Parts: sequence; structure tokens; C-alpha cells
Amino acid sequence: MAKILFFALIVKPFVFLMLGLNVRGRENLPLKGPAVLAGNHNSHLDTIVLMSLYPLKDIRRIRPVAAADYFYKNKWVGWFADHCIGIIPLDRSGKADRSQLFQGCHKALDNGDVLLLFPEGSRGVPEKMSSVKKGVFYLVKDRTDTKITPVVLHGLGSALPRNEALFVPFNCDVVIGEHFELRDEVSDSVKALTDVYTTLFTYCLTRQATQEGNRVE
Amino acid sequence: MQNSDVIFKIPSHSFVAMGVVLGLLALATIIRLSLKRKHPERDDTELKLRIQSWWWMIGIVFAALGAGMQTSIVLFAFISFLALKEFFSIVPMRLSDRRVAFWAYLAIPLQYYWVAMGWYGMFIIFIPVYVFLLLPMRMVLIGETSGFIRAVGVIHWSVMLTVFSISHIAYLLMLEVNNPAAGGMGLVLFLLFLTQFNDVSQYVWGKMLGKHKIIPKVSPNKTWEGFLGGLVTISFCAGFAGIYLTPMTFEQGMVAGIIISISGFIGDVVISSVKRDLQIKDSGQLIPGHGGILDRLDSLMYTSPLFFHYYYYFVC
Repeated sequence: MAKILFFALIVKPFVFLMLGLNVRGRENLPLKGPAVLAGNHNSHLDTIVLMSLYPLKDIRRIRPVAAADYFYKNKWVGWFADHCIGIIPLDRSGKADRSQLFQGCHKALDNGDVLLLFPEGSRGVPEKMSSVKKGVFYLVKDRTDTKITPVVLHGLGSALPRNEALFVPFNCDVVIGEHFELRDEVSDSVKALTDVYTTLFTYCLTRQATQEGNRVE
Repeated sequence: MQNSDVIFKIPSHSFVAMGVVLGLLALATIIRLSLKRKHPERDDTELKLRIQSWWWMIGIVFAALGAGMQTSIVLFAFISFLALKEFFSIVPMRLSDRRVAFWAYLAIPLQYYWVAMGWYGMFIIFIPVYVFLLLPMRMVLIGETSGFIRAVGVIHWSVMLTVFSISHIAYLLMLEVNNPAAGGMGLVLFLLFLTQFNDVSQYVWGKMLGKHKIIPKVSPNKTWEGFLGGLVTISFCAGFAGIYLTPMTFEQGMVAGIIISISGFIGDVVISSVKRDLQIKDSGQLIPGHGGILDRLDSLMYTSPLFFHYYYYFVC
């Protein structure tokens, strides 16, 4: 309930008024789980912008996978992460073994939820893609029921980059791709998903001509 | 002003003009529906979205004008904000400029505050002088000198077009009312209607007679026939509309029409050039069927200040 209110009263108006989205490929957005939405990560806003694409009635279905160490550092942030966002905590310390690591994710997928995760693992340098990590492929490797939908965001790294507290309004591009076909080898999947991201970036309106990966229609 | 001249708090001539615009829009909707019936196989989604968006845009502007001066000023301030945001999002900006952009946004409430208090002197120099001098100073404090000149130019140009130019529409409401039958909003309706109708009539004349291209490198669809057809149409429309909605005589209205038609064309192709440079077709997705808000404001960014100053110096 807190989540619906949070999105209805704060997130959706904020995204509409202060950000403004150019959405491409909305029809590719998986509304029903089990599914994985895999985006690039530049800003804390990435999560709420992607979640705001969902209608309020489906908002509880979309669950971001987030770093346990970061979000549970503080009691209040932890409460917010649990109740307003509904994160699935992930242990980044490397202590947990693989079966345990993804337990929460599998449970949510079994439940028909849509997992939102960022294969880069971290926000990194604003508006620069860091390398795709293998985690996401290990997660869905043995699940025939779960498809990965790639999505790229551009512009939020300017609106609210890492380690900045001042929000500045900018329009932002959201480009949602078609289902990603998993390759047999994990390393091939990494390469293929990286290529998909590169292609999706070319559809961004806000990606200026000065940058690499020029878009043209 | 007598009570009988005011309908729902809107001066009667402005009320009638709004009715005419809504009537034209209803006509466009009916034509689209009958075309759809005649050729059900044709895909008219684009046209449908376009007309639907017109209903929304005109509805919002008319509602704000009807609600009063302050509401209208807030609406134009908000439009400036959306346009500036869109501009900043498509033009090349360095990441270090985001704090400068933040200060540029702050110019919007101030500029419209000068409008609302009717402080003409400040309204007219605030952005061309104070903001112009202040933004580079803010940029110096950040200290990123690589790409400095270009960034200064891009940011100030964006603010001039989207805030300074557009705020002239709002200031029309603050001028002394010399045609009480239409009120201050008569001028706004005159400007908005003729600017948008100019786009339409240049397009229609171009479709019917267009042969000789004006600037093929920027806008291959723009022809001399469309431009001149629009110019003649708009100057006559402006002559008649001027008598009804403004204190202008027929001749003064015609001159206003000529100014609007020529400068509207220039605004259109200036924004086209920006998009060409960036290799994008639309500046955003805010208005379904039209593109971004800049795609709709392009002509207005030129017609508003030019019409305003023509009116201010020669008529008002």
C-alpha cells in the first residue's frame, strides 16, 4: 500500500513534471512475470523511472534487486527500500554461495514478479556504460520460464549523478528492447547483451551528437 | 467594461474567437472521421493523435486564459520550463554544466515574476543582461574550461528562446487594454492563432502549389509557393482579426500578420536546423503526433517578441 501511494502521489507526478520521458518500445515491457528487466545503471532515479512505467495496479509486481549492504546500512532507508520500493536484497560481499545468493530472486520469479536489475552492478561514471557482469545470466540460466528484457536509460546521469545531491531537471530516454535470447556460453551472452545495449542507445534523443554511438533515424 | 460584454469572465470578442477556434478544430475532427469512413484501410493514427493533441493544447490554454491573468502567467512559465528542459536535454552539454543549468531554470520564476508585477524594464533586460552575465560566472566557479565558449553560447541561447521569447506572450496580458471588447487576452489569442494558422496555411499552400524550394538543405518541404501563400493568407486574416481582437486598424493588423508570417517561418526553420544538427526528427515525445514541445513552439519563439515589440512601439 505504501508502495502504491508512493508511486501515485510522488514518483509519477515527479517523473512527469520534473523529468519527462521519451519512451520507445513500451510494448516490449513485460507486465507479467516471471521476467527480468535488465537496465544500465547511472543514477538512483533509474529504478524509480523504470518502475514508474508500470500502471499502479501492476506496481507491486516489479521488484528491483538491490545491494543489501547499501540499502540496509540505515534503518530508515531500509524501511523505505522494503515498503515503498519493495527491493529484493542481494548480498554483494561475496560470502554467500550462489544458490543462497539468488534465493530471494527465485522466490519472487516463482511468484510471478518482474525483477528489475542492473547487470553492470553499480552506477559507475555518469552516462558511461561499464561492463556487463555475469550475474544476471547465472540467475536465469536454469529457468526456462524467464526471459530477459533489455532496457537502456539515458539522461538520468545528468539529472542526478552518483555522489551528487542536487537534482537538475532533464528529459530522459527509455528504450525497451525485445526479449534477449540467452547464449549457451555465459561469456557470449555478456557480449551479446552489450551489443544489444549499444544498439538501443542509438535510439536515444538525448544522446548528443558529440558523444560516441551517434543516433540516426 | 459593461457586464454584457463579458461571458464567463471572458471579454465577448475573445469568447467568440475561442468559439471560432474550437469550431475549426471540430471541423478538422469531422473531416478526419469522414475520411476514415471513406478510406477505412488507411492508417490515420498520426493525424488522429495530432488533432487530439490540438484539443488538449487549446483546451489547456483557453482554460488558463479564462481562469485569469495569474493562472495564464503560471501556465506560460510552465511552458517555458518544459521547453527549456527539452532544449537542455537534446543539445550537447557537458556534465559539469548541470549546475549552470540549474541556475538557468531559476531564471524562469523570476522572469515571470517581473511579468506578473508588470515591471517592464526588468522584464526586458533581466535575461539579456543579468542572466547573460551571471551564467558564465557560475560556470567559471566550476572551473571546467574545456568547451567553455560553446557551453556559454548553448545555455544562453536556450534561455533566450524558451524563456525570454515565450515570456513576451505573457506580457501581452499586462499591457494597457485599448480594446475592452477583447481584453488583454485578445492580443494573446491573435498571436497564438495567427502563428499556428501560419504554419498550417504555409503547409497547405505548399502541398497545393509547392515547386521551388527555399532552403532544401534544412527543410526540403518548404517552398516559395507555400511561404508566399501563407504570407498573403495570414496578412489578410490578421487585418480582420486585428480589428476584432486588438486595438489595431486593418492596415496595422496586416503589418502584424506579415511580421508573424515571416518570423514564424524563420523560427520553424531555426529549430529544424537545430534538429538537423543533432540528427533527430523530433525534439521529444511530450505531445503525441507533434513531437516535443519545441516542435510546437518553434515559430512562437520568433513571432512572440517580434509581434510584441511591433505592437508595443507602433500601436500601444
